Amino acid sequence: MGRYTIRRLLQMIPVLIGTTFIIYAMVWALPGDPFSGKCGQRPCPPAYVAEMTAKFNLNDPLPVQYFKYLVNLLQGNFGESFSGRPVWDEIMQAFPVTFRLALIAIIFEIVIGISAGILAALNRGGFWDNLVLISTLIVISIPVFVIGFLAQFTFGIKLGWFPPTVGPNATVYELLLPALVLASLSLAYVARLMRGNLTENLRADYVRTATSKGLSRQRVIGRHAVRNSLIPVVTFIGADFGALLGGAIVTEGIFNIRGIGGLLYLSIRTREGATVVGVVTVLVLVFLLVNLIVDILYGAIDPRIRYE
Amino acid sequence: MSEHLLEVDDLYVEFRTRDGVAKAINGVSYTLDAGETLAVLGESGSGKSVTAQTIMGILDMPPGFITGGEIRYKGSDLLQLPEKERQKIRGAEIAMIFQDSLSALNPVFTVGDQIAEMFQVHRGMSKKEGMKRAVDLMEQVRIPAAKERVKDYPHQFSGGMRQRIMIAMAISLDPAVLIADEPTTALDVTVQAQIMELLQDLQRERNMGMILITHDLGVVAGVADKIAVMYAGRIVEDADVLTLYGEPAHPYTEGLLASMPRVDTKGEELYAIKGLPPSLLALPPGCNFNPRCPYKQEICLREVPPRQEVAPGHGSACHFWEEVYRARTDSAS
Repeated sequence: MGRYTIRRLLQMIPVLIGTTFIIYAMVWALPGDPFSGKCGQRPCPPAYVAEMTAKFNLNDPLPVQYFKYLVNLLQGNFGESFSGRPVWDEIMQAFPVTFRLALIAIIFEIVIGISAGILAALNRGGFWDNLVLISTLIVISIPVFVIGFLAQFTFGIKLGWFPPTVGPNATVYELLLPALVLASLSLAYVARLMRGNLTENLRADYVRTATSKGLSRQRVIGRHAVRNSLIPVVTFIGADFGALLGGAIVTEGIFNIRGIGGLLYLSIRTREGATVVGVVTVLVLVFLLVNLIVDILYGAIDPRIRYE
Repeated sequence: MSEHLLEVDDLYVEFRTRDGVAKAINGVSYTLDAGETLAVLGESGSGKSVTAQTIMGILDMPPGFITGGEIRYKGSDLLQLPEKERQKIRGAEIAMIFQDSLSALNPVFTVGDQIAEMFQVHRGMSKKEGMKRAVDLMEQVRIPAAKERVKDYPHQFSGGMRQRIMIAMAISLDPAVLIADEPTTALDVTVQAQIMELLQDLQRERNMGMILITHDLGVVAGVADKIAVMYAGRIVEDADVLTLYGEPAHPYTEGLLASMPRVDTKGEELYAIKGLPPSLLALPPGCNFNPRCPYKQEICLREVPPRQEVAPGHGSACHFWEEVYRARTDSAS
């Protein structure tokens, strides 16, 4: 397994170079002048434009530009935004917020999603099954911004259970409601996935064997059937965690969260090329690492998986 | 009346499906004593496995419904016992082995873990003690290097070894009755013989009653004491092995025996019972075998034949058992 991990880590290098190059090329290839409107009402003085152009190597051919960027990156230097603020600082300010949000959302997915799935599978065709099926269908069909505004209005403003927006510190309590909104779609999928898997596994031969061993129904379901049903669910949740760490532009926007999604959105709007590339690089790295962890975890819960 | 270890008495089971009611078991009775092997023979859908699952109490209910009969184990009717009591018997006193050992073992637990679970649940042992017992059992079913292999997963074993694990698990608590549901069907022939031999040895050592469910006449011959032949949810003939093979008194049994490949008929076309087994959703009236029976008369369409005593310990549910019986015994002499 050590060799497998090393190989996977090595595979990240070309992926990382490839993605950063594509992003880099695309960001700076956007038409228009990145320095227009940077100096208030007046056009920027030529001296400023010249200085900025030199600072971001914009006169070099694209591969050279990219190479210079990469060399800096490997030294841990993510560059600066136009205003002179280190990109790394910006990322480090936004990322912990997004990480907390994603973590709470994942906990919601695991706890509510899996329990709802189990409840539905054990009451197939009954009240709980139909409740889970219909409510998840509703969640899947409604766009997330509608759910977001609805939740904010109902629970944040009308009922006042949660703060309607998130302050600069982004405390766990403030993040509960946004995390639930963020988790809602995946939660619905997790519930349905769990329900389907468990329904199928309850009919599996090894469950019949477990019953014929004289085990109680709780033990048969809890230890034998649920365990096997979790395998695909864990994969889904793992991949989803990687995606959630990439920030959630819509949810962060609704609840005024200063997370990575908002930072990325703002940087694209203001043509902050260095910030966009820096953020994406970090996101790609995080996503790859999370996936690697999920794949290793996958082997721990399913012994039939072999790492070669 | 002498009491048997296990007694299935006039059992009726049906499956209520969307397409209608499938009458899977229609009045099955048999008995089993300690140290005895009863082979239940029949083709797919004849109800042999459903009977076993009903004894174990692992029938899917619904769609399965037990509509009549008793299953007496050591005198008490299992079907009347509360679920808690049945759990104590299940696995510990009446154990079962399944056909496909790969799907019958849980893929995510080690084999030792799965065997040890028996001791943990029924005997309240710790996992560590259970694992020690698991190694002992794996040695008893002749798995080489049991100590190392106890921590392996089911998919790391060959089919024959996996079936040995199933057997080890089933015999772990010294059950009085062992039900083997086609234990060798998924295995190749040489391994089949080893597994049957193992089962027979274990049975003798422990004086277990064994119900061997199979459709393979060859497997039965060497192992069974008595045989019950099932067709469409009924026992059509029951006898001890020699009698049944030598002097069948039911046309279905006769057909089964005739369809066995034999060395002396090599090269000739194999005999086959014409027609198909009936749909359990729409059983033919009268004798269920009548559409395929060469002895069919008008009465077979009207009346279900009751079990008739051919000889002590030999019964046949055929209106014309005498003709079948005589045809055979005459040609033999």
